[in-house]
This record gives sequence, structure tokens and C-alpha cells, in this order.
Amino acid sequence: MKKLELQPSSPETQAFRGGQKHAGVLSQNPKAVMNALSSFSHQQQPWISGVLNTACGLVPVVSTEWSSAERRGRLRSRISAFRDRYAVRPGLYAVGAPDSSSDIFVSANYKLSFDILRRSLAGMTGWILVLDTKGINVWCAAGKGTFGTAELAKRVLGLNIAGLVTHSRLILPQLGATGVNAAEVRKKTGFTVRFGPVNAKDIPAYVRAGYRATPAMRTIRFTLADRLVLTPMEVNPALRRFPLAALVILAIFGLQPSGIIFKNAWTGGWPFLVLCLTGLLAGTLVTPAFLPVIPFRSFALKGLAAGAAVIAPLVLMTPLGGASPLLDAAAIVLFPLVASYLALQFTGSTTFTTISGVKKELKFWLPVYIAGIAVSLVLIIIHKLESWGLA
Amino acid sequence: MKYLKNVATLAYDPGRCTGCGRCTEVCPHAVFEMQYGKAHITDKDLCMECGACALNCEFGAITVGSGVGCASAIIRSMLTGGEPTCGCGGNAGTSTGCC
Ligand code: SF4
Ligand code: SF4
Repeated sequence: MKKLELQPSSPETQAFRGGQKHAGVLSQNPKAVMNALSSFSHQQQPWISGVLNTACGLVPVVSTEWSSAERRGRLRSRISAFRDRYAVRPGLYAVGAPDSSSDIFVSANYKLSFDILRRSLAGMTGWILVLDTKGINVWCAAGKGTFGTAELAKRVLGLNIAGLVTHSRLILPQLGATGVNAAEVRKKTGFTVRFGPVNAKDIPAYVRAGYRATPAMRTIRFTLADRLVLTPMEVNPALRRFPLAALVILAIFGLQPSGIIFKNAWTGGWPFLVLCLTGLLAGTLVTPAFLPVIPFRSFALKGLAAGAAVIAPLVLMTPLGGASPLLDAAAIVLFPLVASYLALQFTGSTTFTTISGVKKELKFWLPVYIAGIAVSLVLIIIHKLESWGLA
Repeated sequence: MKYLKNVATLAYDPGRCTGCGRCTEVCPHAVFEMQYGKAHITDKDLCMECGACALNCEFGAITVGSGVGCASAIIRSMLTGGEPTCGCGGNAGTSTGCC
């Protein structure tokens, strides 16, 4: 664990050392410190390494290291939506031994946002002001306005941040600008908002450069890694709907004039189950992964292209197709459209699509999706009628 | 990567711009750059309608129709005729995305 330098650096920020791991407790009243610590959580959080006595009251000092639980937490937050909110208590925190001239970094109370920020501040000193964003990350909360002007002003005034520091700088993540009106914050609190870099990891360089972000620090990228990290959030919800689709497919294939026959359902239906799953993955995994190299700007077209590229060869060249030209046609119409629809859903996670654009795409594509389902159903029905000798 | 051509609802009125530079600070896609003391749009197709510039331009030089919503919320609103609403709660864990 990193040793924290906790020295009383100014009269109003008397430093205490808390926790048993730190030898040489400076506190005049260790009991008060422990009480304060336990009031921050029912069990001592591993990332709180001490407590500072400040003009704003007792402030927890946070470690800039990650525990293995936090690494696991990050992984879990990527794979599935957390059932219980992964949140940090809103309020003021300290990194190192900050004083009245130290910077104030504003964060959301989503634990992962907060963890990334404190890790990025390794070796620095400063204050972290955590807003109550209901456990949601900065970007999303700014869009909803919970990472917003009103909440920021409320925290700054409520905690009397003006009594804590002698400067008037608040450093916000740049993506918070969607929810925070800097001029309004100045009017309400007297503090000047500076929007820092998009990524917290650039904060040290930003501060060193005299609070200047390079154009690269100002732009949001969407790398392969960024996209892959998001794919579980696309794949999982789609997979959850797969059993229902599978049931419908099996019912259709099992359907006989005499009722649903399970053996027929399976022998006739399994290629469609595989193709459906493939279409699903084409939209939720292949399209996000190969986004820049798939032609077209439209996401519906990108998904359609990715879907057609995997579905058509499977139907035409493997035993997944060939049972009947009608079924092959139905599969080639339907499953690329599934991929297209799911690819369009991915616009919600990208960093460069617009709502106006998605609306425009849907206006055209929603009728196409409905028509596609209808056409493939008709093809399947004709196939069924033929196989029953009714057509 | 760019999204659809000529769809972003970003509008900029150079007459109101005082050249404060705030828009270049907040835009995550470098849509604005400063030229001769005024903001200037580089490529409107890069805009993702996040609304940060319009919210932070003190002089009302920028407007953009920013709304939250995702494809499924828009579909719901198209089918029911309401405004798209979107719950961020579900996968709030994503680092860059929303709905
Ligand atoms: S924020 Fe507004 S006034 Fe300032 S440079 Fe941009 S457009 Fe001009
Ligand atoms: S709306 Fe967002 S992306 Fe578009 S120009 Fe403004 S700040 Fe940039």
C-alpha cells in the first residue's frame, strides 16, 4: 500500500492519520477519528486510508491504489448491470495531504468513475468533490442533468467549499459539460469551472501544463477496446431474448396439421436457431468490433451488411441452408435484418451518433423491419403448406 | 468515424460569438475551432448533439437539439406517439455509452 504523506500543511487542514496500518497517529483523539471513519461506511472501506480535519469538517483520505475487490468490481460492472448500485457516498474526499491551495476535482458518485479518478491522481494532492449522480457515470448523468449545475452548486455551497480553499477553481471532467453550465455555476457559487480532459488519466498532464488540455485530451475516441468493452452490454440483453425467439422458431417448425410435433421442431428448426444466434451476434458483436471498417455511415446498413456477410454464406454454402429455397430465402431476409436492428441499438452506446440521426434511420428502417418479418413469415408459411401437400 | 451526413441539428450564429473559446473547451469532437477571434465550425457531421456547447455558450451563439434517447426508446415513442424517454439505470456501468 502506498504511504500517504499526511502532514498538517496549513492551520485549517490539520491532518490526522487514521487506520491501524499507518504508524504514528497524529490524532489528538484517535477515537474521534475512528468514529468519523465508521460514519463514512458501516465497515471501513479499504480505499479510505485516513481522515483529515478540515474547515469542512472531517474528510476521508482516499488511497490512489486499487484493491483486488475494486478490480473485480470493474469487471463485473462491464459484464452486467449491477443489481445493487455501485455507488460512493457523495461529498468531499482528500487525496494525499491537500491544503487550501489544492485543486478540487469533481466526480460522479459511480464507484468506477470515482475509482478511475483517484487512481489517476496517484502522487498528487487534491480534493475530490463527489456529486450525487445516483450511482451513474459522468457522461450518462450529465445527459440526464444529475451531474449538473444545480447539484454542483448545491454541494459547493452546502459543504462551504469556499471556506476550504483560497482559490476559486473547480476542475470538472470535460464530459460533464453536457450537464453543467459553467457561467451559471460561477454566478451561483463564485467558483470558476474549468473543464479538464475527457479521460481522468490525462489529469496529471493537464495540471502540469497549467490547466491546459491538448486537442487529443479534449476529444473522445472510440477505439476497438472501447467498443469491445461495451459489447457485453449489447450481447447479454439480446441473448436474454433469444429463448423466446427460439421457442417461436421451434413452434413454427414443429407445427403440423395434427399439432406441434417436437421431433419435427428440432430437425427442421435447428438451422434457424443457429442462424438466429448468428444474426444476433453479427449485430451485437461483429458490428461493434468492426465498426470503422464496415462500409456505410448508417448503423442499420452496417448491421445489415455484417448480418448478410455472415448469414448468406452460411445459408448458401453449409448444411444450415438447402432444406428448401423458400426457407433459405426467409433466412436470408430475416436474420440480416435482426443484425441490422441490433446494430442500430448500439448507437445508444457510441460516442459519435446523434439522436436526430437515429430517428431518421428508424423512420426508414422500422417499416423495413416489419415488412421483412412479414415477408419471411409468408415464405415460411408457403413452405409449410407445400410440405403438407396443400400448395 | 462519422455518422450520417447533414443530420446534426447544430446551428451557430457567428454574429453573437464573442470569441470566448468555451465551445472549443467543451466539445468532445473538436467541432469548433477559433479563427480570427471567432468560433468556426470545422465539420458539422462530427457533432453528436451532446449539447455541451449550447449549454455553455454564454452568448447564445449556439443551438443544438440534444435529447436523450436510444433506438428502443425512439421506437417506443414512434409507436405510441410520445417523447422518447430513456432509463439510464439499466446499464449505467458503461463508460462512454448511455442507454
Ligand atoms: S462559446 Fe459561444 S461565444 Fe464563446 S467562442 Fe464559442 S460560440 Fe463564441
Ligand atoms: S453538441 Fe456536443 S458534439 Fe456537437 S458541437 Fe456541441 S459540444 Fe460538440
